[in-house]
Amino acid sequence: MRDLSRIELALGPCLFNWSSERLTDFYKRIAAEADIDRVYLGEVVCGKRMPFTDAIWPDVIETLTRAGKEVVLSSLAQPVNKREREILRQQAGYDMAIEINDMSMIPARCGTAFTAGPFLNVYNEATLAFLADRGASRWCPPVELPLASIGRISALVPEVAIELFAFGRLPLALSSRCYHARAHGLRKDSCQFICDRDPDGMDVATLDGRRFLAANGIQTLSGSVHFSGVASGQLRAMGIGSVRLSPHTVDMVEVSRDFRRFLDGGSDAEELAANLSARDLPGPLCNGYLSGDAGWTTKALPV
Amino acid sequence: MELVCPAGTPAALRAAADAGADAIYCGFANETNARNFPGLNFSSDELTAGVSYAHARGAKVLVAINTFARAGDIGIWRRAVDDAAACGADAVIAADIAVLDHAATRHPDLRLHLSVQAAANTPEAIRFYSETFGVRRVVLPRVLTVPEIAALNRDIGVETEVFVFGGLCVMTEGRCALSSFATGKSPNLTGVCSPPEDVDYREDTSGNLLARLGGFTIDSFEAGQAAGYPTLCKGRFSAMGKTGHLFEDPVSLNAFELLADLSKAGVTALKIEGRQRGKAYISGVVKAFRQAVDSLSGGADPTAAIAALKSFSEGGQQTAGSYKKTWR
Repeated sequence: MRDLSRIELALGPCLFNWSSERLTDFYKRIAAEADIDRVYLGEVVCGKRMPFTDAIWPDVIETLTRAGKEVVLSSLAQPVNKREREILRQQAGYDMAIEINDMSMIPARCGTAFTAGPFLNVYNEATLAFLADRGASRWCPPVELPLASIGRISALVPEVAIELFAFGRLPLALSSRCYHARAHGLRKDSCQFICDRDPDGMDVATLDGRRFLAANGIQTLSGSVHFSGVASGQLRAMGIGSVRLSPHTVDMVEVSRDFRRFLDGGSDAEELAANLSARDLPGPLCNGYLSGDAGWTTKALPV
Repeated sequence: MELVCPAGTPAALRAAADAGADAIYCGFANETNARNFPGLNFSSDELTAGVSYAHARGAKVLVAINTFARAGDIGIWRRAVDDAAACGADAVIAADIAVLDHAATRHPDLRLHLSVQAAANTPEAIRFYSETFGVRRVVLPRVLTVPEIAALNRDIGVETEVFVFGGLCVMTEGRCALSSFATGKSPNLTGVCSPPEDVDYREDTSGNLLARLGGFTIDSFEAGQAAGYPTLCKGRFSAMGKTGHLFEDPVSLNAFELLADLSKAGVTALKIEGRQRGKAYISGVVKAFRQAVDSLSGGADPTAAIAALKSFSEGGQQTAGSYKKTWR
């Protein structure tokens, strides 16, 4: 059964095209300074970026593990070519925790514990129970799923630990087309890895200048920064044992401190929002998805 | 190759059958299908009558139950599968594991097709669905090129169906929450994208007509210019100081000129999009495709049929989308 005595903090996989140096420094600091329990790493968005960072992961994993963090390898959300499929096949066999983000990987990992990632379409209790039978021990729900639905599923499938996407630009869509390449007049095949120019995603505004979305290669994210101000008691009541922070260029050690203080009862949701807003975020805060509204809105949540 | 045609209403189903469809896909009038629009779709009685009408003309009926079942309410989706079987449907098109599992367990003789909403585009994912639920055909997400489809077909033991005409989803189907971010309603959650009740038009001070979705201005039309429907990914946005169609221009998919290549790639079925379309449109498009597919298999020249299709595309703009590598 779930241990909900202390709501855990998790750091999601970095969705952006950060350099090896930036990633290495980032995780070193997370290992040394952040009160984070679980760290997901690896390339989730674009297989083309993998060769640039492949070499750093063994050391990063060792550093994080030595610092007492549980390390989970997050898999590619939209594998297409042979090389990417072969990587998934290999990863499924690794003797380490894995987060699965595409159904392709389920058979290879079947029977060994895995996390069902937010890119899998798990919208109800029967689908989660099916995956639990095949090894899903943890689940990060799709970002558009309302809290009420997560609570309902949680009550019906109590054997799976639940991790709520709680901070960061929302991963909203994947495509086969690269929008960074298209915006720069390039093609995906000759993209020059130009998505590295936007370490929090490329801002996409409406015609009247409102922040709206952000492009990150083949991925589209929200322009606003989603945050969950759901307090520990309420999370426990819904069977949610951990919250996930998605990496951005803002000081994530400080962001994790804001959340730790909030989850430990040292601040309320309003203070959490104020603390986060005072930081160098890529967009304004939003949380509408949690109450089943449009994702970009901000709603008061039950305390 | 089999010609799979859309029907949003009983009249459209009859039009498609009369125009020579090999199969017609439709859905129930509720949130169990991904075209849950007011005034569209079928009751059980209408479906039963539609199946009789189609079968009498040699056409099959495929029922799309392809949204993701709502937590705590899966019964609605399970009943839809039971009803489709009871109405005599030739297959159910589903994406959610909960729905596929119910169909495979309770209706082992009912043919199952994997909806494009499942976004299965690798041999491993397709084998997972075929081996676990007995899925017989997979509708491919629009992420693969024709050579990639050919390679995939060599690697899997089930039929493939591809979209060849109509609206073009730019984002991978089943992997897109843009609509719910703007409006709270999305294909996966509610079976709608860019829903009409969240659309409004207003005039700005220069007399331009602004098209808005969920309050976000996503297109602008000069006075007198025909105002298109503001589908989110076909809207105009600003990025890096430039304004334009960042994701995709307002184009339709027309893979007509690739029919021979798709056939060589081992594709079993060609799918026409447009369950929200009227029967005149359905009839015209299906006739043109019927003619083209028949001339292709008979070795005749399909040029006239290709020309006839162009008049059905939005604003005349067309693309072969992801089927050509250069699109990416």
